[in-house]
Amino acid sequence: MLEIVLFYIAATVALVATVMAMTRANAIHALIYLIVSLLAVAVIFFLIGAPFAAALEIVIYAGAIMVLFVFVIMMLNLGEKGDKQERQWLQPSIWAGPAILSVVLLIELVMVISQTSGPVSITAVSAKEVGLSLFGPYVLAVEIASMLLLAGLVGSFHLGRRYLERDNLEKQGGQ
Amino acid sequence: MSELMPVILALTILIGGVAGAAVLTWFERRLLGVWQDRYGPNRLGPFGIGQVAADMIKLLFKDDWVPPFADRLVFIFAPTAIVVAMMMGFAVVPFAPGMMIIDVNIGLLFFLGMTSLAVYSVLLGGLASNNKYALLGGLRSAAQMVSYEVFMGLSLIGVVMMSGSFSLVDIVEAQTDVWFCFSQILGLIVFIIAGIAESHRLPFDLPEAEHELTAGFHTEYGGMKFAMFMLGEYLGLMLISCMIVTLFFGGWHGPMLIGDWLPPFFWFSLKVFVVICFFVLLRAAIPRPRYDQLMSLGWKVMLPITLVNIIVTGAVLLWMEGVA
Repeated sequence: MLEIVLFYIAATVALVATVMAMTRANAIHALIYLIVSLLAVAVIFFLIGAPFAAALEIVIYAGAIMVLFVFVIMMLNLGEKGDKQERQWLQPSIWAGPAILSVVLLIELVMVISQTSGPVSITAVSAKEVGLSLFGPYVLAVEIASMLLLAGLVGSFHLGRRYLERDNLEKQGGQ
Repeated sequence: MSELMPVILALTILIGGVAGAAVLTWFERRLLGVWQDRYGPNRLGPFGIGQVAADMIKLLFKDDWVPPFADRLVFIFAPTAIVVAMMMGFAVVPFAPGMMIIDVNIGLLFFLGMTSLAVYSVLLGGLASNNKYALLGGLRSAAQMVSYEVFMGLSLIGVVMMSGSFSLVDIVEAQTDVWFCFSQILGLIVFIIAGIAESHRLPFDLPEAEHELTAGFHTEYGGMKFAMFMLGEYLGLMLISCMIVTLFFGGWHGPMLIGDWLPPFFWFSLKVFVVICFFVLLRAAIPRPRYDQLMSLGWKVMLPITLVNIIVTGAVLLWMEGVA
């Protein structure tokens, strides 16, 4: 019973925070709401028996990826001008159409969910089981993901290095 | 009683953490004085400990001012984030057998998550201040903390491999005979360095760097909001010390040759005290590196060390399994 109450509280927090994240004109305020939403999702993961996924949600999404988002916003230095532009983009005439269509989809989704049987029994999945399945049946996906990450790493290194070389050349030319 | 235990312990940590951080400010200055051949604050009360009360009164009665050009909400939110995150981190620290708030099987990951959330405090504080120095401090801290978090997590993989669990109680139990500080010496070194960088204390306090950035991310902060940043920093210091003791120095176990003849909590706090003194010594002895030196130390030295540590630990564990 307690779990269900906690689940609904966390789910409400996640939904409200996500809506707020979408509607804020100030990018930093939106990002803070998004972080709150990720933390709420982590609580939900924990409640439905996936403590390892909950921890990773906090460490990786809330703790690392969102930091990089904030980092980029800091570099851009949007300020008041960015807020004004964002407010212009948030006119009802722009979001009304997609919103109505997605409400239709939401109603369908609620109907589908309400027809399925009640809550499934919860079994906690330990970190060991996650590891075993990652390096067992899903090992190919893990390897492909690691290759993709390596390609991204090499690509960003290449892009950064090109600027570095050009700067060095300019310096030499100046002398 | 056992139902109430976590509640009582949580309140004790809340009050003890704040009081401990306050006393640490004085203790650190006295200890720095000893190592730098000067006195430090020694006027008020016995050994100058009244300085803590004087500092508190001063901070409490300062004008709680928010600069008009700052982002008001974020400016106020930022200092609370670090205190909350660090306090949450104490929830998984096993002070003695049965004396912990919660023993989750992801305790170690929970600690890593909380320290990574503490980054936001520095980041948002620097951004909301709307000040060049603060912004530079925030930018530095973002890069520094995201990088050092990687090594911090990787340096602990060896410990997890040897104990076979993320639960901090299991990790302490696995050190009953031999502490991990011998077999995981590489992990220990990297974890200490990453720990200082995560709590941005002196050798690695580039987000503040008062010589170049006035006070870095908290340039615009004063009064109690500044005190919250300081509280968070000292809580971080205590939390990292607790984790070093738990993960590498046998937690509540007594030293190997002497044995467990004193209460477990005594051994734990004694070890934490020694580690904190060591951190203060580092602050007194080592100058601050340049920003690019800090980053290249991380990626070119610490990352290979942790990877070698993981490979060697894994190989040895597999070999021992084959022998047995």
